[in-house]
Amino acid sequence: MNSMPANYLWYIPLLPFAGFLINGTLGRRLPRGLVSAVALLFTAVPACLVAWLWSTMLGSGAPEVLHAAARPWIAITGFQVDFALTVDHLTLIMLAVVTGVGFVIHVYSVGYMALEEGYWRFFAYLNLFMFFMLVLVLAENFLLLFVGWEGVGLASYLLIGFYFRKQSAADAGRKAFIVNRIGDFGFLLAMFLLIAHFGSLSFSQVFGAVAAHPEWHGAGFLTAIALLLVLGAAGKSAQIPLYVWLPDAMEGPTPVSALIHAATMVTAGIYMVARAHVIFDQSPAALMVVACIGAVTAIFAASIGMVQHDIKRVLAYSTVSQLGYMFLACGVAAYSAAIFHLLTHAFFKALLFLAAGSVIHALSGEQDMRNMGGLRTRTPITFWTISAGVFAIAGIPPFAGFFSKDEILYQTFSSPNPIAKLLWLIGLVTAGMTSFYMFRLWYKTFFGEPRFEQHALDDHGAVVHARSTTNLTMVAEHDEGQAAHSHGVHESPWIMLAPLAILAVLSFAGGWVGIPAALGGSNHFEHFLDPVFASTVAGQGASALNADQVSHGLELALAAVSVLVALGGWYAAFVLYRQKPGRATALALRFRPLYTTFANKYWVDELYQNFIVIPLLMFTRGMLELIFERGVVNGTGRASAMVTRGFAWFARKQISGNIRSYAGWLAIGAAAVLAVMVFGRSLWVHL
Amino acid sequence: MQLALFLIFGALAIAGALNLLFQRHPINSALSLVVVMMSLAVLYWSLGAEFLAAAQVIVYSGAIMVLFVFVIMLLNAGEEERTKGSRAAYSVGIPGAAAIFCLLAFVFLSERDALGMANIGGRLANGADNIAELSQVLFTKLLLPFEVTSILILVAIIGAVVLARKEQ
Amino acid sequence: MVPIAYYLVLAAILFSIGISAFLIKRNVITIFVSIELMLNAVNLTFVAFAHKWHQIGGQIFVFFVMVVAAAEAAVGLAIIIAIFRTRQTLNVDEIDLMNS
Repeated sequence: MNSMPANYLWYIPLLPFAGFLINGTLGRRLPRGLVSAVALLFTAVPACLVAWLWSTMLGSGAPEVLHAAARPWIAITGFQVDFALTVDHLTLIMLAVVTGVGFVIHVYSVGYMALEEGYWRFFAYLNLFMFFMLVLVLAENFLLLFVGWEGVGLASYLLIGFYFRKQSAADAGRKAFIVNRIGDFGFLLAMFLLIAHFGSLSFSQVFGAVAAHPEWHGAGFLTAIALLLVLGAAGKSAQIPLYVWLPDAMEGPTPVSALIHAATMVTAGIYMVARAHVIFDQSPAALMVVACIGAVTAIFAASIGMVQHDIKRVLAYSTVSQLGYMFLACGVAAYSAAIFHLLTHAFFKALLFLAAGSVIHALSGEQDMRNMGGLRTRTPITFWTISAGVFAIAGIPPFAGFFSKDEILYQTFSSPNPIAKLLWLIGLVTAGMTSFYMFRLWYKTFFGEPRFEQHALDDHGAVVHARSTTNLTMVAEHDEGQAAHSHGVHESPWIMLAPLAILAVLSFAGGWVGIPAALGGSNHFEHFLDPVFASTVAGQGASALNADQVSHGLELALAAVSVLVALGGWYAAFVLYRQKPGRATALALRFRPLYTTFANKYWVDELYQNFIVIPLLMFTRGMLELIFERGVVNGTGRASAMVTRGFAWFARKQISGNIRSYAGWLAIGAAAVLAVMVFGRSLWVHL
Repeated sequence: MQLALFLIFGALAIAGALNLLFQRHPINSALSLVVVMMSLAVLYWSLGAEFLAAAQVIVYSGAIMVLFVFVIMLLNAGEEERTKGSRAAYSVGIPGAAAIFCLLAFVFLSERDALGMANIGGRLANGADNIAELSQVLFTKLLLPFEVTSILILVAIIGAVVLARKEQ
Repeated sequence: MVPIAYYLVLAAILFSIGISAFLIKRNVITIFVSIELMLNAVNLTFVAFAHKWHQIGGQIFVFFVMVVAAAEAAVGLAIIIAIFRTRQTLNVDEIDLMNS
């Protein structure tokens, strides 16, 4: 196949944008089939283009980096930013994830959203999201990346609040956007610092400058830039302290959660950190911060996920936790491990969300796991596909998650970071908790006696579900969109199952591209990303060294430990939820304080509400509204009105009709003109 | 001798102007203006503008001021009454007038040397007559404005007739 | 030998007396008369300058000023007559129809 001309790169993001325009403007009047055809077409063609791009960039003699023609965007003296796209191997992986998984989820949505109103709106927003995400990934400079960054935030807001009539959905959309904004503020400040120090936002120029000055290692300004970028990434990738929007984002339709909040948007932060690794490598302080945030977030979110009842919330906290893993990997400068986990996570998390959607669809809107059970026989295909996802995320070989998670843990353990062992331990405990809560989900949803028939779930009428009546302050959500059709528990249509199957296969085999040398593979993945990360400061497990030097024995030992921990989690879940179902509640009551803390999400939302939101609102209402709005703004308005009236009153008195007063003013005016003419010239000359 | 001429008729002009200012009956003001014009005619003559001096006497005082006197007599204007004046005129206008005077005087006196001296009856550059000189320009270069002014006068006549007509 | 500046100062004096008369007087016709005084003062200035620079332009200008002053006087007096017919007063303070 001949190579793809660089100009075709522009089509990759622009085609989904065209799809957005068509569906957005005409979609309301088009039949559903046409809307979905448009959406799918404009997602499939970029996927094909990406495939072509892959073939262009692999093979011998292929360029390592491909640039698309740049058009100047901001061009002032001393600073220029272009519209420019660039592709290297890292971009290739991201493109594959975004277009491939994106297309699969589009197909799934056709089935899932079949009975929704606002069908056209959904697909329009979805295409818009694809456009922005592709811009983000393909961008050649920080500013264009930021455009994509903001755009996916916007698309996320639109899609979370898709059921806009529901107050909680609208609130969740707003929360997501605002919290993201805080991160974006950090990103903006980082960009300003970049402009101040490097005079450019282009990747090649900035990274080239940093690489050419090894003496800047540990410099203050680089650390500042890196930390601000971390703030931005924390907002987008839902890390502490800006993760609070992700669990609430489950208000959106399930495909949205799958695409945006599992596979693509939330990984934008990781991508950005990996892209800017040159800066991070020169700032060990920032790397330490990243690693700590990642580790703490991982274990923190996992602990909350263990006690959630809503199936989507479990997956949401799981996403936060897995993103913490990726952050941790970046923090120990194992960027290719982070990207590897990003890839496998995209597969199995999307699969898990889509399968959860299938379950919700089967149960006509039920999302509370306490009202599920026994679906193994009723929805077999969903069961087998979700099992692939569960095994993958738990880290059980030979599924995909094992290899990527294990790579991260190994890199953390063997990194020269001072607290490497502690971080490894946190990661290991989190892996155990992950395995536990995923198998808990597995058992509660698919095994045991069906608990959903206790509710009025039958062929006719809407479903009425009681809210959770336990004395714990959690309420499972009810997907009203799926309640539209309630006709018994049934398997989902093939259009929803086919994507599940594809993702299940990928979750099973997707990790095999990165089998490390220790376990007999040749770690294609890491070598693939060598051209991108080769400049990683040595000593942090540079990929070349890794394959050769360090003991394979250590790696095998660590792998064995993680597998044991995963199996341990599985066993604990088995005991608590399969063997003796009552023991879970008993355990919860015994450790009641701990349980309550987990169950209430450590009261973080309440904390933010009381210490940040309310004071801010008071400040806004008190200061800004009372003082500024009423006082200054209104006051200035009124004052200027009074001044004008005063002038008008004075002027009116002049129009007396009295000729002599006119004459008087004429005389003085003439004198003034004369004075200016006589004395003005010398003044003018002096000026 | 020029100095004497200047002083006498200058003083006469100023006296006439002040009389115009202080008289209460308009007819006296008009007649004072005639005095001023006559003196100015002499001054024009002393500055070498003979034609203008003649024109001043014939046209200005002989025709225009007569018109004024006719109208005053026609309207039977009496002495002025004291009515409420306008504050602006006094408070702003008088200082304005004073300022204008001071400025002009300052400018002229500070340039006194640059302006030079007046030669009585001084000839113009090419030694021609004043009238000849004037008509040369007036009937060749400025023929159009000259004719236009005659039209202007025609218009003024028509306007005056129309405006002063009795309403029917 | 009189410095030309003195002619100009004389003209300035006449001009300011004209302005003062304009401001002080109440009779409309007297105000017109003061306008004529101002015009004459300006004429004197022109003639003086024409004499200084030996240019005929100044005198031509005076010629035209005289013509225009004649026309203006005629029309202005006609207007005064018209106003007198309607208002029966020549007091300028009472002719204030433009008062808002």
